[in-house]
Amino acid sequence: MSALQRSLSRIPWAYVTRRLLFAIPTLLVIIAVAFFMMRMAPGGPFDGERKLNAATEAAIKAKFGLDQALWKQFLDYLLGVLQGDFGPSMKTLGKSVNDLIADGLPVSLAIGSLAMLVALVVGTALGVFAGLRQNTAGDYTVMGIAMAGISIPTFVTGPILILVFALGAGLFAVGGLGEYPNIGMNPYNMTLPVLTLALPQIAIISRLMRASIIETMRSPHVRTARAKGLAERNVIMKHVLPSAVLPLVSYAGPAMARVMTGSLVIERIFGLPGMGSYFVDGAINRDYTLVMGALIIYATLIVLFNLVADILYALLDPKVKYD
Amino acid sequence: MVDTLDMTGRKEPVEQALAGGRSLWDDARRRLFNNKAAVFSMWVLGILIFLAVFGPMLWVHDYSKISADTELAPTMQDWHWLGTDEQGRDLVARNLLGLRISMAVGLVATIVSLIIGVTWGAIAGYVGGRVDNLMMRFVDVLYAMPFIFFVILLLTVFGRNIILIFAAIGAVEWLTMSRIVRGQTLAIKGKEFIEAARAAGVPGSAIIRRHILPNVVGPVAVYVTLTIPVVIMAESFLSFLGLGVNEPLTSLGVLISNGAKEMQDKPWLLMAPAVLMAVTLLCLNFIGDGLRDALDPKER
Repeated sequence: MSALQRSLSRIPWAYVTRRLLFAIPTLLVIIAVAFFMMRMAPGGPFDGERKLNAATEAAIKAKFGLDQALWKQFLDYLLGVLQGDFGPSMKTLGKSVNDLIADGLPVSLAIGSLAMLVALVVGTALGVFAGLRQNTAGDYTVMGIAMAGISIPTFVTGPILILVFALGAGLFAVGGLGEYPNIGMNPYNMTLPVLTLALPQIAIISRLMRASIIETMRSPHVRTARAKGLAERNVIMKHVLPSAVLPLVSYAGPAMARVMTGSLVIERIFGLPGMGSYFVDGAINRDYTLVMGALIIYATLIVLFNLVADILYALLDPKVKYD
Repeated sequence: MVDTLDMTGRKEPVEQALAGGRSLWDDARRRLFNNKAAVFSMWVLGILIFLAVFGPMLWVHDYSKISADTELAPTMQDWHWLGTDEQGRDLVARNLLGLRISMAVGLVATIVSLIIGVTWGAIAGYVGGRVDNLMMRFVDVLYAMPFIFFVILLLTVFGRNIILIFAAIGAVEWLTMSRIVRGQTLAIKGKEFIEAARAAGVPGSAIIRRHILPNVVGPVAVYVTLTIPVVIMAESFLSFLGLGVNEPLTSLGVLISNGAKEMQDKPWLLMAPAVLMAVTLLCLNFIGDGLRDALDPKER
């Protein structure tokens, strides 16, 4: 049996199937609640500064299906979503929600996954460093910085980083993706947003990792490894680290969810055209279809990340049993 | 007086140890007050709470009074230490009010989550069986919801409203609380020392009061202390997106958001509320951490 086959056979397929089946009603409820909430709101997408004449208004409403019964609108919408069609945007004329999502999602995903990667690498390293030097000056320094990382919100660190590194030192872009000659997602434009988004996660992960290292160092299997005369280096590399990373894996799901919500603010600070800006602007402008589309994508991603994190956990920890 | 070493290596007078014995809480209190960061944070937080409660009343300027002196730079003259905003309102007064609103949101929303969470979790854990299963499944379902998105929807749809912010944030945060309380109740119910107490003839009410409650209160107290900063941050997150409290009220998040727009020319507009918020959150987190270490010294 190859290593791949062995890992595949360890996936609790029944559990995965049940979780996937569970995710469908969850998403349906989210779609329904959001749909009816938006429609109950006072003020619609076409309430402009000027009152439209009755005929124009009726024509526009008919075009977007707003003249139909509410339940019919909902069913039509649901049917569309199932076929991967989120409908036309009600505010950005001539663009479908699919187009807008196709523009915004790559930006948000890039920022989010890069931030997560940075947070994992730096956070784990700092946590291991502090955990192995418990109650020393090095430990206190790292934990002090981590505490600051948790306590200072991104909308404070973001502007300060811009002030110092973009406006002051001129190393990076102040915001946006489109300043000639640095158009697109490159280090010049992306470093500061990714760093800002990663900072709180670095702090949380390093604290988790430190606590986990300290706990593992005291567990019986590590004592056994020491007792049989392994060099301390090998004890740590082969026995402490592998079991100490487990809590990190179960934090991965919630972490991705946090990074995604965090990116709502990051995109606003740095003026990035991602999903988060579409969601917030859409909600404020009552662009029903855009908000719904963004919400569904976010909810699906969060459900999916949680599932993947749980499966990973099952693969890595032989003690976990799923009924 | 004979000194001896107790198990933690600290010197304790024998008489004192023999006289009353040391309860869980005495131990915890001693450990907490030995934690310098936590004690210092309590002092600083005390000052901040005083400023939030009495500051807006005591300060010479009113937070909502509009004047002709608009957009002043910080000056010693006329007590405008942080200058004025674009409507001529004094910024020290507005920062004090912002601190008050942010703290109030943190406290009220946390109490909402505390009441719902403890009730829900205690019932589930105490009753057990099918009821427990159903109640906790419900929590699982809500966990999967992208709540902050719903809060944003709610606020845009039904208008910005401070009560709604309280309720919305509180209603999200109770989930973890209920899980903690349920798990703790379940775990304590089956412990040997409960059995021993029962065998020794301690009545049920005393078991709950003396053995179950203290063990539930600990983690809940820790979680409450750590929830307040999370809630304060959530409120300012919403404020930053333009969905916070309405004028003329303000919160630290609103002030930070406004300050960030002009940070290049007028850095004090950003720095004052940012420092206030960071210090508040740091203190709360240090106290929460200290409390956790004091009640559960395993990790130290």
